[in-house]
Amino acid sequence: MSTTLPDLSYAPAPESTAPVTLRESYGLFVGGEWVASANATTFATHNPATEERLADVAYASEADVDRAVRAARRGYEKYWRKLRPSERAKYVYRIARALTERSREFAILESMDGGKPIREARDFDVPQAAAHFFYHAGWADKLAWAVPGAERVRPLGVVGAIVPWNFPLLIAAWKIAPALACGNTVVLKPAETTPLSALLLAQVCAEADLPPGVLNVITGDGRTGAALVDHADLDKLTFTGSTEVGKHIRRATAGTRKRLSLELGGKSAFILYEDAPLDQAIEGIVSAIYFNQGHVCCAGSRLLVQESIAEEVVRRLRARLATLRHGDPLDKNTDIGAVNSRAQRDKIVELVQSGIDEGAQLVQAQWTPPERGYWYPASFFTGVAPTHRIAREEIFGPVLSVMTFRTPSEAIERANNLPYGLSAGVWTSSGALALYSAQHLSAGVIWCNTFNQFDPSSPFGGYKESGFGREGGLAGLRAYLQI
Amino acid sequence: MPGYARARAETKDMPSRVDAVMLESRASVLAKRSLKADAKRTALDIVVACMDLTTLEGKDTPGKVSGLCARALSPAPGVSNVAAVCVYPSLVAVAAAVLRGSAVKVASVATAFPSGLSPLEVKLRETRDAIAAGADEIDMVIDRSAFLSGRYDAVAHEIIAIREACLGVTLKVILEAGELGSYAAIRRACDIALGAGADFLKTSTGKIGVSSTPAIALLMCEAIRDHAHRTGREVGLKLAGGIRTSKSALGYVSIVYETLGNGWLRPERFRIGASSLLDDVLMQRAKEASGNYSGAPYVAVA
Repeated sequence: MSTTLPDLSYAPAPESTAPVTLRESYGLFVGGEWVASANATTFATHNPATEERLADVAYASEADVDRAVRAARRGYEKYWRKLRPSERAKYVYRIARALTERSREFAILESMDGGKPIREARDFDVPQAAAHFFYHAGWADKLAWAVPGAERVRPLGVVGAIVPWNFPLLIAAWKIAPALACGNTVVLKPAETTPLSALLLAQVCAEADLPPGVLNVITGDGRTGAALVDHADLDKLTFTGSTEVGKHIRRATAGTRKRLSLELGGKSAFILYEDAPLDQAIEGIVSAIYFNQGHVCCAGSRLLVQESIAEEVVRRLRARLATLRHGDPLDKNTDIGAVNSRAQRDKIVELVQSGIDEGAQLVQAQWTPPERGYWYPASFFTGVAPTHRIAREEIFGPVLSVMTFRTPSEAIERANNLPYGLSAGVWTSSGALALYSAQHLSAGVIWCNTFNQFDPSSPFGGYKESGFGREGGLAGLRAYLQI
Repeated sequence: MPGYARARAETKDMPSRVDAVMLESRASVLAKRSLKADAKRTALDIVVACMDLTTLEGKDTPGKVSGLCARALSPAPGVSNVAAVCVYPSLVAVAAAVLRGSAVKVASVATAFPSGLSPLEVKLRETRDAIAAGADEIDMVIDRSAFLSGRYDAVAHEIIAIREACLGVTLKVILEAGELGSYAAIRRACDIALGAGADFLKTSTGKIGVSSTPAIALLMCEAIRDHAHRTGREVGLKLAGGIRTSKSALGYVSIVYETLGNGWLRPERFRIGASSLLDDVLMQRAKEASGNYSGAPYVAVA
């Protein structure tokens, strides 16, 4: 029998960047028009996998923020609040359709600007973003039914939305879709390192003939965000990002009329009981911590595994690390892409060093990264003590802390023993144990025998310092309504 | 440890717990891998070299089987032979006569294929007859009636009995996964067959609606991987039923490649049982070489 068959190895399978047309520079999208920033300053956005400059974008100063909020107010008073809800629905639906039709372009752009694998942008970010617009389009003319007992519901007015760099388009959609469907207008501030998909979304909205000022996009850095937070004429602020900035925003908006939704950091627990389906649990761990290079606020970054199976789980996880495909985010077979920025890479390196210094054992995928770009290999720590920094601080990278427990109550106590409470995973074959665990975990989302599953109809948000307010579902809708 | 005792010990160690959501999600990622250029050419060559060219119909004749064997020996100009030809026991002698002295094996289904519902004595007799007529490989079906009524011991005992009748002959154990009702049951059947001494696990007879799916293939790969880890014995995987296009075959190659590794991507460890798949693989292969997809008239069928 033939034994001379060559070994298989995947050849590069890069997604073509042809569907994306980058402009040399982008202005701010204010009042339905592309405008330069007041003082004409710009900054560059880069591809984190190659460090190449992709485009220049306008830097919005305080004056530009003011201009955008005024435009949003005008858009609200002049057009959007006067529009019949069924007409609003058509616009939101039109945006959903455009996202679907141009999904490939959005996915490639998202991967280029942020470093995430094209497979994830294609199969998760863009379809989910479109799904949020589709879902909320349906609500626009049925809002009275969304709030049982309310005599009438009204929009809030102008919403300021600040989104992070890990899911730039998707989290923008989480905020824009319900805001518009409920009759509010929006000023969106994308993250400094990933402005391009928001700007493409603005272009799509312009092509959809969205009335001027209904969606405004201002690009910039933390100072731009701060100017938006401080603007007096906002009715609501919605922020997704770090707990540190969230606390600042809460202080800054205290005593103002601004309503606030915060979706902040996490250090979510993944509880693996000894009767769990092991092979799927390993895939669950991979999804929990290595999805999007671990740049996920609800990442399952603490694995709590029952002591009786800990050795077997670590053995399997180690073997699985070796099969994760690191590399070019635009390659269709890549599992782990580039870290979003140099600053984030440095933060991961610093926290991993602290883990080593504090005595935990590091296991890392063996992979030599390219010379250019920002990378970090899939990693996990064993021998982690609950006092270690890597057991308590959000790393926001592909680094898992493995700890053991003996009984369900100990697992739950350990899981809850942090100021965070965004998500949790429970892995067991026992329905009773799953329900018991879910009942006692302080987390906004609890997944059983799966992880990172999302749907626009399912509310997402945190307990404790992971924030408040929900996004998605009825709870998410109410956050954009005057009830 | 005797095979059956080992089967019991293994299933006790590793209870058959499988969750559908993550299994299917991982299988779907693997089945959608993008194989380009050299990777595609290599994978297509693997598919041809690991193919069990199959005809299992009541209307099979010596002429049909001879033609199939000729195609197995030389699928197309410049393409080397497939792994085996798979036929019913009555036609083993015909296939053996054509394939004698070649690298192509003669595989025969046996044990009251496809239902498996005959007395063990009949199954043993059929197996011995097929081997006597020249079969190098036996594709047996498990007794799903026993399995689904919870008589796992009976399933294991029967595999062990057939195993003993297959001295020097490769034994593939068909689980008929689509009839077992759940992924957990399929995993249990895998562990029983692995412990009872199967040389290959095989997905399906190809005679039912659901035969091979990416999730079933992944689940069986995981069972084989775990068995190899525990015992050091490397059992093969045979996928059969409903695999008609190169694209789906390459998806399965990716599943095996990323779960079991290159060590399994050769005829001793991996087979795809198919009748019409070869046509599309040869056309895809020609397309990789010439840049053009030729179409059915340009591939010699059997």
